[in-house]
Formats: sequence, C-alpha cells, structure tokens
Amino acid sequence: MRLRSLAIGALAAMGGAAGIAPAHAADQVVIGVIDDMSGVYADVMGAAGVDAINMAIADFGGTVLGRKIVLLTADHQNKPDIGASKFREWSDQNGLNFLLGGSNTGVNIAMSKVAAAKKVPYFAIGPGGASLTNEDCTAYSVHYVYDTVALANGTATAIVNGGGKTWFYLTADYAFGTQLQAAASKVVETHGGKNVGAVRVPLGAADFSSFLLQAQSSGAQVLGLANAGTDFSNSLKAANEFGITKTMKPAALLAFLTDIHSLGLKTAQGLYLTTAWYWDLNPETRAFGKRFFAKINRMPTMDQAGAYSATLTYLKAVKAAGTTDADKVMAELKRTKINDMFTQNGYIRADGAMIHDMYVMQVKSPQESKYPWDYYKVVKKMSGEEAFGPITGLCPLAKK
Amino acid sequence: MTQIFGIPVAVILGQLMLGLVNGSFYALLSLGLAVIFGLMGVVNFAHGAFYTLGAFAALLGLQYLGINYWASLVLAPLAVGLIGMVVERLLLRRLYGLDPLYGLLLTFGLALIVQGSLHQVFGATGQSYPVPESLSGALNLHFMFLPLYRAWVILASVVVCFGTWFVIERTRLGATLRAATENAPLLQALGVNVPLLKAATYGGGVALAALAGALASPVVLVNSHMGESLVIVVFAVVVIGGMGSILGAIVSGLVLGLVEGFTKVIYPEASNIVVFVIMALVLIARPAGLFGRR
Repeated sequence: MRLRSLAIGALAAMGGAAGIAPAHAADQVVIGVIDDMSGVYADVMGAAGVDAINMAIADFGGTVLGRKIVLLTADHQNKPDIGASKFREWSDQNGLNFLLGGSNTGVNIAMSKVAAAKKVPYFAIGPGGASLTNEDCTAYSVHYVYDTVALANGTATAIVNGGGKTWFYLTADYAFGTQLQAAASKVVETHGGKNVGAVRVPLGAADFSSFLLQAQSSGAQVLGLANAGTDFSNSLKAANEFGITKTMKPAALLAFLTDIHSLGLKTAQGLYLTTAWYWDLNPETRAFGKRFFAKINRMPTMDQAGAYSATLTYLKAVKAAGTTDADKVMAELKRTKINDMFTQNGYIRADGAMIHDMYVMQVKSPQESKYPWDYYKVVKKMSGEEAFGPITGLCPLAKK
Repeated sequence: MTQIFGIPVAVILGQLMLGLVNGSFYALLSLGLAVIFGLMGVVNFAHGAFYTLGAFAALLGLQYLGINYWASLVLAPLAVGLIGMVVERLLLRRLYGLDPLYGLLLTFGLALIVQGSLHQVFGATGQSYPVPESLSGALNLHFMFLPLYRAWVILASVVVCFGTWFVIERTRLGATLRAATENAPLLQALGVNVPLLKAATYGGGVALAALAGALASPVVLVNSHMGESLVIVVFAVVVIGGMGSILGAIVSGLVLGLVEGFTKVIYPEASNIVVFVIMALVLIARPAGLFGRR
C-alpha cells in the first residue's frame, strides 16, 4: 500500500471529481489521457507525455471539424479500478471522444473493457501486454507503440542468435512481466535456446540482490529482465554490483531511454534492447527530439513520441471521416497508412495492433557516445510483420 | 552439495547474508522510529520521506558541492536532522498532549509534501550515486560473492544501532531523555531545557533515517519514491519489536531482514508480505510486541 494512494483515495471519497468543466459535446472534441503520473512509470510517459499530446493538438491547429480540441488528464496510480472508473466517468459526463492509455498493462486491460462497453476509440500507448490485441482485444482498441511479442522478437532473437542459449528470467510479478517472460521464452525455444528458470519479483521491490543470486546459481548464460522502469534500473544496477554481469549477459526485455539515462552508460553499456522509436534515427525523429527537448529538457521516450503520433493519427482520421462517430473513425483508422515522425507505412491490423518497424539497439559505451543523449546504436531494423508476428487467432475480430 | 529442503546450503547462506544487509536498513530505520515514539510519543509517518531526503542530500551534495561519500555520511544526517528540529519546533510541538493520531496525520501530510516536491523537481526515474572507490571491491565468502559495500552497510548499521541503544539505555544523557517522557514538568523544574531536548530527540531520530538514506544511495537509484514502500515495512518491524522499544526495533529489524531473505529462497512471491504476516501473528499473541513493556 502506498502512502499517497491512501491520501488521494480519502480526498477522492470526500470531494469526488470536482473541477472538470461540464461537457459541450457538440462544440468540442474531448481527448483523455490516463497514465501513471506520480509512480514508478511517471517518467516513461507521464506529464511529459501530456506535453507531447498538447504539442500534437497545437500542431493540428487546436480544432478539428471546427470543434475545439480539449484534453483531460488523470493519474491511475497503477490501479486498474481507478483507470477504468475515470474512463467511464469521462465517457458518461464529459463527452469523451478518444482515450490514450499510459503505462501498466493491468490498468490498460481494465480500460479496454470500458472502451468496448462505451464505444470510445482507445489507443494503448504505454502498456506492453500483447493480450490487448489477443484475448483482451476490442473493436475500439489500438495497441500503438510496442508489445511484449515485439520486444521478445527483437531482443531475445538477437541474443539467442548471438550465442546466449540458456535463459533465466527476473520477472515483474504482474500481467506485463509474466506476458513478457512468456513471449521471450517462446522466442528462445524457437531459436534453439533453453529456458532454465525464472523468479517472480513483487513490483517495486526494494532489493533485487536475493533474486539475482538465484538467477546466478541457475548457471544460465542470459539474465532476462522481464521488468520495467525503476525495477529494471535497480535490478541491473545490483547485477553489476554483485558481479553477475561478468558471468551472465543481461537482456533488457523492456528499457526506455530514461532508464538508460539514469543508469548511465558505464552501467548500461553493451545492453541489447528493443525500441519502437529513438530520437536519433533520422532527420524527422531528430527534429521532434529537439523540439521536445527544448520544452522538457529531456529527450522523448518511445511512449512520448508515440503519444504525439497517436494523437495526430486520431485527429487526422476524424478529419478524414468528417465525424467523431466511433465506428466510422475506427474504420477510417484501419483503412489508412500512418506516416509521420514515428513510423513509415504503419497500419492498424484487424486485431488492433499498429504494425510498424521496430529497432533492436545496443547501448553505446561511454567512449562511443559523442554528444548528450547519444545512447543507442542500431543493431537491426525489424519490419512490423517480423516484430509483431502473425495474427494468432486469439482475438475474435481477426481470423488467423 | 549439502542441501536443506532441497535447497543448497550455499544458496541459503547467501540469501541470509543479503537478508542481513536489508535487515541493517530496517534496523536503522525502525530504530529512529522507536526513538521518536518511545521518547516523544509521536508516530512519525514522515520517516520514509526523511530517508529519501537523506539520500538526496548525499546525491546533491556530491553533484553540486563535491562532498565525498564519507563526509556526506555525516553531513546528510546533520542537515536532515536540522530540518527535523525545525519541523518539531514549528509544527509537531503544537500537538503534544493531543491524541497521537494528530501527530500521525501531520507527519503523513509532511511525507506527501516532501515526496511530491521531490517528484516534481527530480522526476520518477532517479539518479545513480557511485559506490565509493575504496568500497567498490567484493569479498569472496566461498558461498557467495559479497560486494564490499554491502558488508560495510552491515557494519555501519550495527555500530550505529548499538551505539544509539547504549546512549539511550546506559548513559546519563539517555536517562535525562527518558525522564523527559516520564515526567517533563519535574525535569523542567530541575533546570533541564525540555523543549530543546525534544527537538534534539526528533532531530536525532530523523537523522538516523537520513543516515540510512545516505547509506542506501549507492545501492539503489536515488528517487522520490524510495522511502514510500519502505516506511510501511519499517512500521511493521517496529510493531513486532514493540512500539518504543529501542532494543526491540534493532533486533526485530535484523531478524526480519533474515526471515525475508529466507522467504525469497523458498517462496519469492510472498517476500513482500511475510513481515506483515508475522506482524499479525505477533499482535495476536503479544499485542505489546516481542520486546514491549506493557
């Protein structure tokens, strides 16, 4: 139990959600973002993600179909019930037209149910869990930036093919971690590797050394880190300290630019990871990176860039469809290719997965890094089909 | 290899060693809480926030003033202890004589303000504090590879904990401090500056939290949330040891670290609740805690 949540819960119980202007659905287009704004994932998208969405709204001109674009934001505190009830409230009371979901797979699964019930187009930006386009898919969900399958196909394939055949996983003990471990295990086996074992670690553990020691005694060659954010950074830091990285090769199954920045290149160098976007890929990404940096004083993560792109993609679809009607906008979205600073020729598949190129990266050594935020070198560019894999048939909307 | 319950002894020993490291942090933190509760009757919910502040003091001291690790182990607790004294003078002392619940609410509010402010300024991802050069090696204990820094944490914590226990339970200063809880007016009549004594006690307890924070800064990423979940565990430790019992806080801190370490071997998923399960059992069997006097 977190201290903050106690207090916020108490305040919410007393005051309810005061302060949100009543809806004028007719003259506004209402966009919402529900994300971890104050917890362990707050830097992955968070407040800076809201800034990115505002940049997209401003770049689009602030209006669509002659209606003013309004942005609502909320903190889900990594609690599925808070995320889902906020979504429902906005949909019922504020005329919500479109929702962007931030970090945390568990919360996003809960919100996707609301999207289906309320018929509101919903783009999952931050979560990893591929179940969002499989057993948890809905006609209104789009999984926009990355998923556990793409991460595993990138990082795990690169490492197994590079000789790292036996794997032990350090897994965050919730939906995201277990899905990521499952996806990686499958890739490892497909490529002739072997999964030796795993340890499930409670989210936000204070100390990782015990779990790392178990990983080490397994004798595996690769330490698969199926966790994210502060958990990822703290576990890699401890692995270095205990000399485990000397005998095991760490594999970051999900790492964000902010994580590498806070760990420093000395600790993170040589690490393989998979990302949907990096600021230093081409002139367009660099231009967006520099604009974002001028505002936030940090380079954007793939989620923040994705939030910007997703907002534009939705607004373009509304403009093209000439309506905010959910079904018509979804049809338009699934018909149109996405071309912007985030992706070239990206498209939304029937199961809701946005199929786009992914990049396997290796973290540079301090010597290789020539300027601030120069952290990654591209190991491999994967096509969207290669990264996200074929349609599984688990989503009733998309036949195999 | 010798095994117990199918687990190699070397693995168990390694985990117990790490449990002892974590127990050292628990002991330092719960000691500060016990001092503040035992001598002042204040349930200090801001303890985790002061722990975080200690780590930030060390980090910022290094980044902006070039203060090295060893100096920061002294300066960070000192600076945070002073903040604690100011808090006691300006806010806490107004609540003496009221129900302890008010102190709890005040310190809880303070904790939220400190965490929120740090989050606002420094973000959620945190920053690395380098392990000092002289402690960057490792000890080969044959059953495991113990980083020198972790060994130092155990040593420092045990010395500070028992030093504090000695001062409070065995010296004249400690006797005066305890007298202030028992009968403050009488002590005041004897010419002792009781208000200053109380401010110093709170400052001292808080400084222990800051010391734990500074000690932890090379081990974990320094971030605004580092004290958040820890403080709840530490409260459970204090309740198990017996609210206000100095020795109880130290011993149960170390022992629960060991128990937690052992849980991580046999059933890792339960490792973050085992302390609370023990707390519930202790409260049923001995409501005053294992070392409680009542």
